[in-house]
Amino acid sequence: MNNTFQLDGEEIPFTPGQTIMQAATAHGSYIPHLCWHPDFSVHGSCKLCTVKVNGRFGSSCTMEAQPGMEVENRTAELDDKRRTLLQMLFVEGNHFCPSCEKSGDCKLQATAYELKMMSPHFDMFYPDRPVDASHPDILLDFNRCIMCGLCVAASREADGKNIFAMGGRGLLGRRVHVSSESGKLADTDFAATDRAASICPVGVILSKRRGFVVPIGRRTYDLAPISAQVTEKAP
Amino acid sequence: MNAPMSPPKKLRVATTSLAGCFGCHMSFLDIDERILKLLELIEFDRSPLTDIKHCGPCDLGIIEGGLCNAENVHVLREFRRNCKIILALGACAINGGLPAQRNHLDLRDVLEEVYQTEHLLGRGGIPNDPELPLPLNKVHPIHEVVKVDYFLPGCPPSADAIWKLLTDLLAGRTPTLGHGLLHYD
Repeated sequence: MNNTFQLDGEEIPFTPGQTIMQAATAHGSYIPHLCWHPDFSVHGSCKLCTVKVNGRFGSSCTMEAQPGMEVENRTAELDDKRRTLLQMLFVEGNHFCPSCEKSGDCKLQATAYELKMMSPHFDMFYPDRPVDASHPDILLDFNRCIMCGLCVAASREADGKNIFAMGGRGLLGRRVHVSSESGKLADTDFAATDRAASICPVGVILSKRRGFVVPIGRRTYDLAPISAQVTEKAP
Repeated sequence: MNAPMSPPKKLRVATTSLAGCFGCHMSFLDIDERILKLLELIEFDRSPLTDIKHCGPCDLGIIEGGLCNAENVHVLREFRRNCKIILALGACAINGGLPAQRNHLDLRDVLEEVYQTEHLLGRGGIPNDPELPLPLNKVHPIHEVVKVDYFLPGCPPSADAIWKLLTDLLAGRTPTLGHGLLHYD
């Protein structure tokens, strides 16, 4: 059997060792995801990329493609579950898009548009999450954190710095920590040129003094929905 | 000669702004001349546009804004009792929006900051006239208090999005918003 599998009935080629997500992305097919990034090791935590492989649920970012697999992706059943996951992310943080600099470029928001999320559905948590504005060039607004782990991976794997780490327990206790004695970003060797400074899919890690530079109508996801912008470079 | 057919019964629509800024109502008026076409199909009950003070039986209730005080809750429940369909219009009705930015602060601290301690703002202490509705400890979206049938996000939702949603509803279709019409900012 040749190295292809079926994604919603479409034939997708893969090279052995590729995950379903890698093969689909290389082919330009969109599987909703938040914590996956082609440049970094797999985190597998957001569960948005869950697909049905031969009738069974699996994470497409961790599951290796196999010849002849029949993968369901954008079905009503799976998109309903994905929308619910998004709604839980929206209520457990403080996601106020109108006042967020990342709005229009945010993967959480764009994915919610793609899945037609009309409301948060659940009761809001309104957690108290302090902002860290100590660094001269970078602002950390943890209100928007979705715990994808990409900053942790980017700092470790690309920058060799280990500036961020996941820690704490429980829904409101578990969060991203800054690895310095004071817990402040200013007391690390974090630089605005670090890969981790530009990896955040939401509006947590922001460069200071350049908010709202791109006008509404010309931002990333104003131009086209996230499902129409699948490339291996900018997933 | 046939008797003239009576025109189809117009749908009754009520609107209100709770803890909102009336921006969603302004965006609604941005449908411009399409409002004439709309008025062939609907008539307004309670609304800032009619100045009717209480909501009677309606087909559609449009709620802008979230809940920041006891009166907001009272009005919302009056709408839910009287309206067959409730539409949450805009960010504040849906997730609390800008007023909910006070939710991580203590209410008393906020009131004292505004009315007492802040030098340029404080004049005469925290208002406590019995006519004034009491503020809620936290601001809440409306779906936490009543069942909401439809949601239209945006700050504000664009006139085109409001028009699309209303015309879908009036035609008996499930409202759908394509790329560019669904946005949260």
